[in-house]
Amino acid sequence: MATIDAPSQVSFQQDAEILRKACKGWGTDEKAIISVLGHRNAAQRKQIRLAYEELYQEDLVKRLESELSGDFERAVYRWILDPADRDAVLANVAIKKLSPDLHVIVEISCTRSPEELLAVRRAYQARYKHSLEEDVAAHTKGDTRTLLVALVTAFRYDGEEINTRLANSEAKILHDAVEDKKFNHEEVIRILTTRSKMQLMATFNRYSDDHGASITKHLQGDSGDEFLLVLRTAVRCLNDSKKYFEKVLHNSIRRMGTDEDALTRVIVTRAEKDLKDIKELYHKRNSVALEQAVAKDTSGDYKALLLTLLGKED
Amino acid sequence: MHPWERDARFLKKALKKGPPQYNVIVEIACTRSSDQLLGARKAYHSLFNRSIEEDLAFHIKGSERKLLVALVSAYRYEGSKVKEDTARSEAKALLNAINNGDKRKIVEDDEVVTILTARSKPHLKEVYEQYKKLSNKTITEDLEVELLLKEMMECLCTPQTYFTKIFDAALRDNANEGAKKALTRLVATQKGGEIKEVATKFEEQIEERVKGAYKDVLVGVLAKEG
Repeated sequence: MATIDAPSQVSFQQDAEILRKACKGWGTDEKAIISVLGHRNAAQRKQIRLAYEELYQEDLVKRLESELSGDFERAVYRWILDPADRDAVLANVAIKKLSPDLHVIVEISCTRSPEELLAVRRAYQARYKHSLEEDVAAHTKGDTRTLLVALVTAFRYDGEEINTRLANSEAKILHDAVEDKKFNHEEVIRILTTRSKMQLMATFNRYSDDHGASITKHLQGDSGDEFLLVLRTAVRCLNDSKKYFEKVLHNSIRRMGTDEDALTRVIVTRAEKDLKDIKELYHKRNSVALEQAVAKDTSGDYKALLLTLLGKED
Repeated sequence: MHPWERDARFLKKALKKGPPQYNVIVEIACTRSSDQLLGARKAYHSLFNRSIEEDLAFHIKGSERKLLVALVSAYRYEGSKVKEDTARSEAKALLNAINNGDKRKIVEDDEVVTILTARSKPHLKEVYEQYKKLSNKTITEDLEVELLLKEMMECLCTPQTYFTKIFDAALRDNANEGAKKALTRLVATQKGGEIKEVATKFEEQIEERVKGAYKDVLVGVLAKEG
């Protein structure tokens, strides 16, 4: 379930005016920005941008980019974009890093629905004049590349049907590949990148039933093996995305210093989806509320925005 | 029947018939626009409760699997923007793969498959041109041994050549059912200018050799607005 609290009746014009006022003149009223944008869903945010453009002949996003800075600016920028456009930006940022953040590519391609992933691909083309797969291919190589390109180009069947016989045989194929450390990459890639999510979950369940341990456990290993890491991330995202996101949050806060990129990414991309469930999972596993952990580790306007997106009342 | 549904059914049938029909998969994946191909994939979901890539990957065991799965999964950028130096270096990479690798395994070469299935059509046309400068032959000539790859390059870069071959094979004296079916499929699914241009070259043969309803269809293509 979503965490953000957006009223159903909203005046986009009024919102645009408030935001204008917040940005005009000396300094910026960040609290006003948070109190408006932090309580608007994607459809509403889009309307606000349109209203702002109409009223002031200016792109609200560009205005905010110039007014704000640091982690707060990055968070606001990601939050205000359309979900598909946002994912396209996240993907591009991840790919273009000196050492690409491959797990972000895996995350986007494996946790979004098939239709959402298509929308991301369209948005990516519109923004960057290349297909997502082209850019992924250009910045990766070997089996890792094959896996990633297949993940981003997948258009999985979205139905609930499960073929038990297939789940059995493919669980066996996966197990043989995992055991045999000398991975038959092709079959593993085929199964993980073409089967529907329901089918995959049935396969993973069958795997654990047959072998007493989850496939993710068996995929732990040499952290120098890039392919293995990417593969493991894909399986984790496909098998239980909430658990995956909880872990990302846990890791982003736990370290010396905070991984703001990861923290922002998860909160912003899940706030309108299943952040509530992820929060509950976090609480269960860490004996402390996510809001508390975030409050302790962040500060200022950045903190205020994150807490608002987490559902904290003003 | 909606074009997407028709394409989905063509793909299913081609997969069922096996290797001799894989060129149909190549034809559809390469001659449709990005959105048309996407539409065919959606239609496939609705009709068969599976994704096309699932079925292809599962049923094709041979060396063409990688290529065909990647081809149907493509959502190529459709803008005209092309980077000449990237095209040149990719032409070089392709030339290397063709010259140095085992010619029969080219269809499995990761670099080759990635370039040919991810890049936009305008970009590949540029790669085609750059390749000509580097080698004495065109890339389609050099790919003689690998028919599927050759047809793929034709469909992507010089579709006229591909269409001409189909017309020619179907309008010959000893044309078999398969050749005629291929032409029927082409005429039913390709629109406008490109196919009309090719059909015009065969006007005489259509007059002489074709009869009845089939002729009407072909004449109709000739008469169509481009």
